[in-house]
Amino acid sequence: MTPALSLAGLRFSYPDGREALRGLDLIVAPGERVAVLGPNGAGKTTLALHCNGVLRARAGSVTVDGLVLEDDTLAEIRRRVALVFQDADDQLFMPTVREDVAFGPANLGLRDDDLQERVVHSLAAVGMSDAADRAPHHLSGGEKRRVALATVLAMHPDVLVLDEPTADLDPLGRRELAEILLGLPMAQLVITHDLPFALELCTRTVIIDGGRVAADGPTADILADETMLQAHRLELPFAFDPRTAARRHRQPG
Amino acid sequence: MGAGHAHALYVHEHSPVHRLPPEVKVAAAFAFAAAVAVTPREQLWAFAVHAGTLAVTARVGRLRAGFVATRMLVVLPFIAFAFLIPFVASGDRVDVLGVAVSREGLWGAWNILVKALLGVTVSILLAATTPIPDILRGLERLRVPAPLTTIAMFMVRYLELVAAELGRTRTAMAARGYNPRWLWQSRPLATAAGAVFIRTYERGERVHAAMLSRGYRGAMPALGHPVARARDWRVGLVPAASAAVIATIALVAS
Repeated sequence: MTPALSLAGLRFSYPDGREALRGLDLIVAPGERVAVLGPNGAGKTTLALHCNGVLRARAGSVTVDGLVLEDDTLAEIRRRVALVFQDADDQLFMPTVREDVAFGPANLGLRDDDLQERVVHSLAAVGMSDAADRAPHHLSGGEKRRVALATVLAMHPDVLVLDEPTADLDPLGRRELAEILLGLPMAQLVITHDLPFALELCTRTVIIDGGRVAADGPTADILADETMLQAHRLELPFAFDPRTAARRHRQPG
Repeated sequence: MGAGHAHALYVHEHSPVHRLPPEVKVAAAFAFAAAVAVTPREQLWAFAVHAGTLAVTARVGRLRAGFVATRMLVVLPFIAFAFLIPFVASGDRVDVLGVAVSREGLWGAWNILVKALLGVTVSILLAATTPIPDILRGLERLRVPAPLTTIAMFMVRYLELVAAELGRTRTAMAARGYNPRWLWQSRPLATAAGAVFIRTYERGERVHAAMLSRGYRGAMPALGHPVARARDWRVGLVPAASAAVIATIALVAS
């Protein structure tokens, strides 16, 4: 089966010389949800920006469903890979929610009824149909996050990359987001510090440290390995036991 | 569009004026203001007709007189100096309430006062019946260069965020005992403003990345808002056309 997303030997340095990715390899199967964990500065956000070519690697390749990222495939790659940014205020830049959701599909060339249909469906998928005419800066954190998700769903992507999706959510907002993500069929790369969220959503987890993959395995196993978590500055919430939690909740996928 | 953009000047209503396409309203407001500006100051009747036209437009737009009147006050500080002109200008003197003032100065003050008030009323009517994003779209349709309208759109979108960030920074400074009274204590404020500027710049880069991720290639997409039809132009330009006719008659008569 062709992987939904395949990253091979990615190397990248920022202009200030900091080496953020040092030969990173990762393969995600279609429909698979993978959690990406790692300490601050491990290269997680840099990795996200590589998945759709916002940043271009010095070496290595990005392949999305068989299509290799190059200058002339950039537009199609960006349609296929959707990025949900860490700060929803960065993602929602249009005057109204409706126009923001329409921005992506309009860039793909959709107009009039086709465009409106995308907007309506995407907002319905995240339960934000009522907010279409509101201004993004008047939404709550959880609402912003869901609208941000709608803006990328409107492009009908094959891969969803979420950067810290639960960072500014209250517990209920976090729960609603988890339910929406569990209901989406496409491959998902969930970059997070929220280990219980990773366990709930993703059967597989990779730990990234120092710009490469440090561990890759079933989420329940990785979270149970205390020594490894400690080695990468990760820690489970107080009194959280991944073994009992994994048994208790429905394992997706 | 509406509730979400409840900026202070906008009045949420469903009037014929609200429904007019924004490009018509922006063009009409500009034309009306221009007609007022060229009306000779001595033709008092012409200004009465201009004011009447605006009053009718406000009525059709379901705006309360009090709403418009209170917002007109913003112009006062700007025209305060106009009240000084009659006292300082030279030329013939006339007695007003027992005080000798310059005749030329009186006309000058009247000219500034009436034109400023009518002009600001036009912009109040425009702002009260058109949400800001629509005004920007109207400007775009009137061929104002897209980079300018896009910059203005982002400014409207992020102004609140930047202001909130500045506010938080000031709170953080106050929380650590910073209470500037003198100019030489302002250095930390300048540093904070610089930090907010850098953060805003970085946000700009992230927003750009978010736009690229959704297929942005240098031009904002057309989002299919209704465009003004010939009928909208005919209806919407009535007040401006009337002002133009009045101004022409007044120019000929003077």
